Amino acid sequence: MSSKAPLGRVLGQGVSSGTHHWWLQRVSSLALLVLGPWFVVSLLNMPDFALETVRGALARPANALLTLLLIGTSAHHSWLGVTVVVEDYIPTKSVKVAVLLALQALHVVCAAGAIFAVLKVAFGGSA
Amino acid sequence: MQKQRPLSPHLQVYRPMYTTVLSILHRLSGLALTAAFFVLSGWLWAVAGGGARYRFLHDVLSSTVGIVVMGGAIAAFWYHLCTGIRHLVFDAGIGFEKSEARRSARIVVVAFVVLTVASWIALASIVGRHA
Repeated sequence: MSSKAPLGRVLGQGVSSGTHHWWLQRVSSLALLVLGPWFVVSLLNMPDFALETVRGALARPANALLTLLLIGTSAHHSWLGVTVVVEDYIPTKSVKVAVLLALQALHVVCAAGAIFAVLKVAFGGSA
Repeated sequence: MQKQRPLSPHLQVYRPMYTTVLSILHRLSGLALTAAFFVLSGWLWAVAGGGARYRFLHDVLSSTVGIVVMGGAIAAFWYHLCTGIRHLVFDAGIGFEKSEARRSARIVVVAFVVLTVASWIALASIVGRHA
């Protein structure tokens, strides 16, 4: 069953995906409620931030997996959040679309780079 | 043609209140965390790359400005988390009465301050060990 507003369904003016967007923001926030504190507390429990220490911690499978989940979830959550802010404060449609596309690209590139980096460390590469 | 869309309420016509300030800061801390996400990605990239790339970022983050930025990011994180929980409770339809909203606001501020100060102490001890 669709939860789209009737007007949004007819006009297709961006109203159509609002409920889904709202819901995904909440679901990702629940995941981050666990992943976020795990990451911050883990960082603050590091003896130091020397390269070997950080790589050693990141190379452990559980840490690598949780960090990958954190990257994906926070990239998604962050992207959903900035989208709302941009939609609220940028009234000119062309500028709005350009900024949204730029921010989306930035999120995707950063997430992809971070995921690649974690996998590289986890699988023992160094270069 | 541009359709007439309903506008968001203009914040500046309202008198700032405890609860509205809390809500605005939720959004601002979210934006700060978006920036922190970009920095974190760069940091992980440097961890994988190693060498001069990591040394450079390590030096930047170990500087006074870097430590303040990290401390700020940690504060933004705990703030956004605490107010985020409050908003999730609101989304469940709980706590809309004025007295309840004010009480949850106080709880959120106390939790945020405790978590942030504890994190700052932990951060300071790591920095202090390698000063």
